[in-house]
Amino acid sequence: MRGKVARVAAAAAAVAALVASIAFGASEGGELASANANINNTASLQRGAKYFVNYCLGCHSAQYVRYNKLAEGLKLTEDQLVQNLIFTDQQPFETMTNAMPREDAERWFGITPPDLSLISRARGQDYIYNFLQGFYFDPSKPTGANNVVLPNTAMPHVLWELQGIRRPIFEESEGEDGAPVISGFETVVPGLLTEEEFDQVARDIVNFLGYIGEPMQLERRSLGIRVIGFLLVFLLLAWMLKREIWKDVH
Amino acid sequence: MATREQDVFDSLGRGLNSLVGWIDARFPLTKLIKEHATEYYAAKNFNLWYGFGVLALVVLVIQLVTGIFLTMNYKPSAEDAFASVEYIMRDVDWGWLIRYMHSTGASAFFIVVYLHMFRGLMYGSYKKPRELVWLIGMAIYLCLMAEAFFGYLLPWGNMSYWGAQVIVSLFGAIPVIGDGLAEWIRGDYYISDITLNRFFAFHVIAVPLMLVLLVVVHIMALHEVGSLNPDGIEIKEHKGPDGKPLDGVPFHPYHTSKDLVIIVVFLIAFAAVVFFAPEMGGYFLEHANFEPADPLKTPEHIAPVWYFTPFYAILRAVPDKLLGVILMGLAVLLPTLLPWLDRCRVKSIRYRGWTYKVALAVFAISFLALGYLGLQPATGIYPTLARVFTVLYFAFFLLMPFYTRNEKTKPVPARVTK
Repeated sequence: MRGKVARVAAAAAAVAALVASIAFGASEGGELASANANINNTASLQRGAKYFVNYCLGCHSAQYVRYNKLAEGLKLTEDQLVQNLIFTDQQPFETMTNAMPREDAERWFGITPPDLSLISRARGQDYIYNFLQGFYFDPSKPTGANNVVLPNTAMPHVLWELQGIRRPIFEESEGEDGAPVISGFETVVPGLLTEEEFDQVARDIVNFLGYIGEPMQLERRSLGIRVIGFLLVFLLLAWMLKREIWKDVH
Repeated sequence: MATREQDVFDSLGRGLNSLVGWIDARFPLTKLIKEHATEYYAAKNFNLWYGFGVLALVVLVIQLVTGIFLTMNYKPSAEDAFASVEYIMRDVDWGWLIRYMHSTGASAFFIVVYLHMFRGLMYGSYKKPRELVWLIGMAIYLCLMAEAFFGYLLPWGNMSYWGAQVIVSLFGAIPVIGDGLAEWIRGDYYISDITLNRFFAFHVIAVPLMLVLLVVVHIMALHEVGSLNPDGIEIKEHKGPDGKPLDGVPFHPYHTSKDLVIIVVFLIAFAAVVFFAPEMGGYFLEHANFEPADPLKTPEHIAPVWYFTPFYAILRAVPDKLLGVILMGLAVLLPTLLPWLDRCRVKSIRYRGWTYKVALAVFAISFLALGYLGLQPATGIYPTLARVFTVLYFAFFLLMPFYTRNEKTKPVPARVTK
């Protein structure tokens, strides 16, 4: 019987280790720098929301995100919400759509800017962080900007005022496919923010996008601890019941 | 005071008894409880492998109940499906929990069913007189695959869309009728709103109805012949003077209390995934499925969900599409023939010869390896490896009559061991 208990424990530990390694393990794509997003940092989420409505929402929607639910998650009052995050005539119970007509968007950019409600879950937060940090000056593009993570992106460098404009420095050797390899950047026009300040802006936006991708994250983890706690107590009782019933079986 | 309470309990008890008597005169309630629980004898030496049957039942209930609540808010139309899932995740009270339980339940179903089936391979659960139990079980497995396939389209994510596109197009490989058949399944020239509607009908009513029915029949057939045990001995052959199997204990309360422990352990693991890793690193919920279905944009790497990948790897291992489809179908169906492919009379692996032990180990490794390879892009050494493991997978079944015929078995004890 003791051996069996040990085996159950070992199996449970193996499953737990597997879950843990997948839940908290290394992200995909080793080349991407980590976004170090922290969903518990409410101040960062609030700043991210502010940048999002100022810089992103003009073109991108977040059509599944409801303003008043967002305010709840970001610990904002309805007044703060209306003052800081709703610049249109939308009501707090509405979702974060935008007014840009799809046909116009397609004519201007070649594609409709994707909805960003779930972008963090589709692409991963590290990808978005590196994308936001990856813009550089490229006069051959209609928008004047290109991106190291998503080459030939249709998106202009929306945050250029904050980050400044950077020109790529190319390596002597060419890449496998004959494309030039970027080894670094030099600043052409300085931005309003320092490099560290801009890095924080990018991280706040990514943190915010991670939050709206799955707003129930905080809730589910804290509920999960309570559920598993209950089940552990239940397990003890079930185990004692089983032992009592089986005590006369040899 | 105490006597008055006693009186109340006594009269309540009498009331209950007469109610049960009233029912028993009209429906075999007590008889059923006796036959399937309190007087159904099962071996006392079940190990953990014997827990996966009841776990499959638990997952079935989880899927049915969460499914009902999901249906209350899900909209089966190409226009609204994706948005309605997000509505469930964000705006419906506890919607996220119900949805994660359902999506995790899908993978959990296959995990427990694969382990349940492997238990059958280890202890010879498919052998005479349990051939029908095994065949009904295979029918359940096929229903489960259909259920998972139909259900995967419903979120209408881009992987849902392209996964369904790839699988349905497989029917197009069949000569002459192929294209017409694929069109008939889709109800359209491509995966569309019409396809989504009919898949919804299959997923929420047609297949679950069959599943539940087959599960009932599976258990009835099992209780007719009796459960086997890790020693592969028929406990009915050794009865005491009271006519009860000496090595058995009544299913209730013995096995029910033991199963409760197993169920709680399972629920802890299940909750760990639901609450802490619902995407399971992209294996339970694939990243590409967080983008809505787009007929013009193929995901970078189309792979079915993990539980189908062993068969998907076999499909890709064959250069010819039609032959690949045939081999994939055979790979799914071959376990059905196990009761007749296995010529060894000894049931349990504990007393079987080395040939079967080696073959079973090779089979298990091949299945896992094919599952891994089905998730990887078919580049480099992977296609070659997939071919090797495909051959080994089929060899396990097709060579079985030969390597089991003259197996050097150990003597089987008359009574169950520990």
